[in-house]
Amino acid sequence: MFVTIRLFARLREMAGAAELRRELPDGSIARAAWDSLVRDFPDFDDYTKAVSCAVNEEYARMAAPLNDGDEVAFLPPVSGGT
Amino acid sequence: MPDQRFRVTAGPLDANAVASIVSSPDCGAVTTFVGLVRDENGGRRVLWLDYEAYEPLAVKAFTRIDEEAGERWPSIGLAIHHRTGRVEIGQPSVVIAAASPHRAEAFAACRYAIERIKQIAPIWKHEHFEGGEVWIEGATADPMDDDARRMAFAQCS
Repeated sequence: MFVTIRLFARLREMAGAAELRRELPDGSIARAAWDSLVRDFPDFDDYTKAVSCAVNEEYARMAAPLNDGDEVAFLPPVSGGT
Repeated sequence: MPDQRFRVTAGPLDANAVASIVSSPDCGAVTTFVGLVRDENGGRRVLWLDYEAYEPLAVKAFTRIDEEAGERWPSIGLAIHHRTGRVEIGQPSVVIAAASPHRAEAFAACRYAIERIKQIAPIWKHEHFEGGEVWIEGATADPMDDDARRMAFAQCS
């Protein structure tokens, strides 16, 4: 299956892309998408403990199952407000 | 039409306009919180901030904050507008308005909203300062973290 990965802030800069497409085995969970990013961008591992994830524009756990066509977003620690 | 109460926008923010969204004849109090870009952070001379948001999820986070506040203070009306893009020193990055029949709930809900925004809104600031730039990274966003939610409530009582 194919998923779209959205990246923000420092993760976006480290990857050099705001959006990536990844092929994952059927039945994969969000963590598998993250692990595939860490393989391509080893520095991402600094964020493995701190990153949040969202699937199809809703916060989700790293154990959330993915389906073909899903949008998976990985969110570094947030700093909105002031 | 999208809910005008909860917005992420690249345009300038107007506190009075946000307050007017939640004002109504039965409300005797409207509090506004205006977060401004400050010229100093951790000893650095800040030149400007660039805000980035995951917009649809940010709007949903604001809606969630409103629902959480409504459980605690049922009479309040809340609006949250947040900037994206470059925001200059002294300009607002976020405006919160809370309306209520009486002042105590309006003050409390406004405080709760800014504390929760900093915890769970998928928004990031990129600080440009004299001599460099840095992404400011605060809280790991987890709306289901009840300890964080309790900490936000504790700021308001």
